[in-house]
Amino acid sequence: MQQLAMPTEATHVPTTVVRDPIVEIRGISKIYGSTVTALQDINLKFERGHLTSLLGPSGCGKTTLLKIVAGLLQPTSGQILVNGKPVTGPGRERAFVFQDFALMPWATVLENAAFGLKMQGVARSLREDRARHYIAEVGLSGFEQKYPHELSGGMRQRVGLARALAVNADILLMDEPFSAVDEQTRRKFQEDLMRLREVENKTFLFVTHSIEEAVYVSDRIVMLSPRPGRVSEIIDPQIRADITPDELRRDEAYLDTVERIWTGIKKYVE
Amino acid sequence: MVVFGYHVPKMPSLLVWVVLWEIIGRFELVMLFPPFTQVLASMGEVVTSSSFAEAIRITLLSYVAGIALALVVGIPLGFLMGLVPAADRMLNMWVNTFLSAPLSALVPVFMILFGLGTPTVIVTVFMFAVWIIVLDTRAGVRHITPSLMEMAESFQVGRIERARMMVLSALPEILAGVRLGMVRGVKGVVIGQLLVSIIGVGALFSLYQQNFLMAHFWALVVILFTCALTLAELVARLEKRVQYYAGARN
Repeated sequence: MQQLAMPTEATHVPTTVVRDPIVEIRGISKIYGSTVTALQDINLKFERGHLTSLLGPSGCGKTTLLKIVAGLLQPTSGQILVNGKPVTGPGRERAFVFQDFALMPWATVLENAAFGLKMQGVARSLREDRARHYIAEVGLSGFEQKYPHELSGGMRQRVGLARALAVNADILLMDEPFSAVDEQTRRKFQEDLMRLREVENKTFLFVTHSIEEAVYVSDRIVMLSPRPGRVSEIIDPQIRADITPDELRRDEAYLDTVERIWTGIKKYVE
Repeated sequence: MVVFGYHVPKMPSLLVWVVLWEIIGRFELVMLFPPFTQVLASMGEVVTSSSFAEAIRITLLSYVAGIALALVVGIPLGFLMGLVPAADRMLNMWVNTFLSAPLSALVPVFMILFGLGTPTVIVTVFMFAVWIIVLDTRAGVRHITPSLMEMAESFQVGRIERARMMVLSALPEILAGVRLGMVRGVKGVVIGQLLVSIIGVGALFSLYQQNFLMAHFWALVVILFTCALTLAELVARLEKRVQYYAGARN
């Protein structure tokens, strides 16, 4: 039994259990310049094979934390352990899905999806096979030779997802992946994500500012509070696994959890 | 183009001006303008003369050399300014000054420095073309999507590949700069040669003017304008293909 997060004086953090942590965040702080404290003493563990959301109002440092885990930002102090080993930069076991997709506009869907593999030195035919497989997996078959500008926002993000899946990383780090797509696409996307989770057996770290999204897709929600960014609460939404999307939006546990989170978050929203 | 509600294609509208020119020439309203038909007739004479071939050869040579130099210097300089804030602070003012300065005034200085020959013309072309290439490249580098570079980092992309990605990212702006630079370069080569006036097209212009061969003079002007426009159009075509993908840049 391990403590997941240090209790702070103002907020109550429940004791949560992580049996098999794949990512461990130890005392991470991030100070921008010399005055802006984006993150203050974050201690967290992420369960292997689970989808954990980082949820909080804007300015709570959730994206900063995700980028530190990705190795794209260096923390001011503290340490990140992945599979028990400290990380100093990006690594193959982690793949990042960007909020604005970060596709190469000059490359086709296939080339974009195969990009990570290409950088790992995988031979062309092999990497294209694998990219095709994941393009199909995210529902973009037939678009392999299209360019990003020929796709809608939702489809572009699917390419971003295929690229992250293709490198077969253990951990997918997703930075508000659905915030730039419209509501209908977003719902479809969330359902697809949950299906992918069953198939792919990966660990997902998911940053979002949408309470509903977090409650719907997550095994666990880590709530961060802003200025300075700290862990304020950890919630495990107890939603039935086999629930249909239509049932969900009337499900009592779902509604209660959303309400509870909103109550906690309300005071930070002017 | 729309005139009184009628759609008029661009080429026929050019004909109107040609007819106007012809009328002015026929009635000898302005001494400098011989009839357009006469200009066309002398065009054959101009093109077939041996001095024309030599003039074109040397003009093309100076132009290509000047533009090549502008590309080799301008693009890296633009990258430097786009990536290194200190370099940008040091150079930005100068680049902008040279961009808007009347560079023709500097040609006599180049003549003293580089002599009355092709080198001066090359330097003039370079000076006319390079600054806009620098500024547009700088703008392109600044437009590189930060997340694209983060993506490269997260996949541990090597240096060379990363440089390639940056160039491709900035390519739309770079090409816009190159097109404008090439158009300015045409000005440079003509002005340079006119001022040096003993080589290339400049020599021909002087020759025609001094002997009052206005039909020949205008024929040469028309040829030069056509060349410059064709060149600009060719680069614009290439640019359009690149803009096409750049539309998806976020």
